[in-house]
Amino acid sequence: MEKKELVVLEEILGSNKKIAAEIRKKLEQEGILTVNFLSSPGSGKTTLLERIVEVLKPAHKLAVIEGDIETERDAERIRQKGVPAWQITTGGACHLEAKMVARILSKIPAETHLLFIENVGNLVCPASYDLGESLRCVLLSAPEGDDKPKKYPKAFLTADCLIITKADLVPLLPFSLEQAKKEALEINPRLHVFVTSALKGEGIQELVQFFLARRKELTQRHA
Amino acid sequence: MHELSIVASLFEILEEKSREQRAQKIVLVKLKIGKLSGVVSEFLQTAFDAYKRETLASEAILEIEEIPLRIKCQTCQAEFIREDFIFICPLCKSTELKILSGTELFLEKIELLRD
Repeated sequence: MEKKELVVLEEILGSNKKIAAEIRKKLEQEGILTVNFLSSPGSGKTTLLERIVEVLKPAHKLAVIEGDIETERDAERIRQKGVPAWQITTGGACHLEAKMVARILSKIPAETHLLFIENVGNLVCPASYDLGESLRCVLLSAPEGDDKPKKYPKAFLTADCLIITKADLVPLLPFSLEQAKKEALEINPRLHVFVTSALKGEGIQELVQFFLARRKELTQRHA
Repeated sequence: MHELSIVASLFEILEEKSREQRAQKIVLVKLKIGKLSGVVSEFLQTAFDAYKRETLASEAILEIEEIPLRIKCQTCQAEFIREDFIFICPLCKSTELKILSGTELFLEKIELLRD
């Protein structure tokens, strides 16, 4: 037998990137702004999404993809708001991949304005997988602590927005909004930072207006 | 802990290359893994060793070259390596930086045996 050295030079996640690029192209051409929400479990992704959906629903067509290891619970919560939602259960995998989103793509109505994807709760693995989103938002809840950005740099580096959640708890916690913002901006100076409380409604309007402005840019680009 | 998913993607490429090359065995797999790839080399090694059984790479050695996070300042053109993930130029304090390397998740080469 002969021994052969083969120079490959391929990205290991190249096929995920390729599928993600196709998803992004299709959705953006249809005028759909896709937002991928990343965070650790329990930081308030679904609750934030419920508030966002309540504000947007009267004037906009929405769709939601929910990623979880098990159960339909989160998709059910969104459907109760009258918004179509698809649940992806990964059966153990700690992140969504582009091919999982691709399987649902044909079900998303073309007249949708905004598609929200709630990733599996995990601040590490989802950061490595492009899902074809136009915007990536990383959530940091006040109870998690203001030191998280430096501990999980990739999530903050690859995000477009930092959404601090459960801000109503800040007065009760040793959590400094300034420190959290500083840490995150040191990793990624281009982050748009929003301070929110899904319980009190703080910051939800600003966030929604930001999404709508981004969608307007997107539709003008593809007009 | 998505190293097993990464290894599954790696094996898709390895299988494709083995078919193309009509390889009998893969004896070496060399990866380049950036410090900011989000992957832990040690876990990747464990996942590789678990996955390789009953494949053409069952006896393959996995070599991982770790790539430091190398950054170039777009303002003063300085190049530097940062271990602390602070994206501020240590010389001129600019935040206009470009990552030159350190995010790789790359299959560099393989060594295979064939008739």
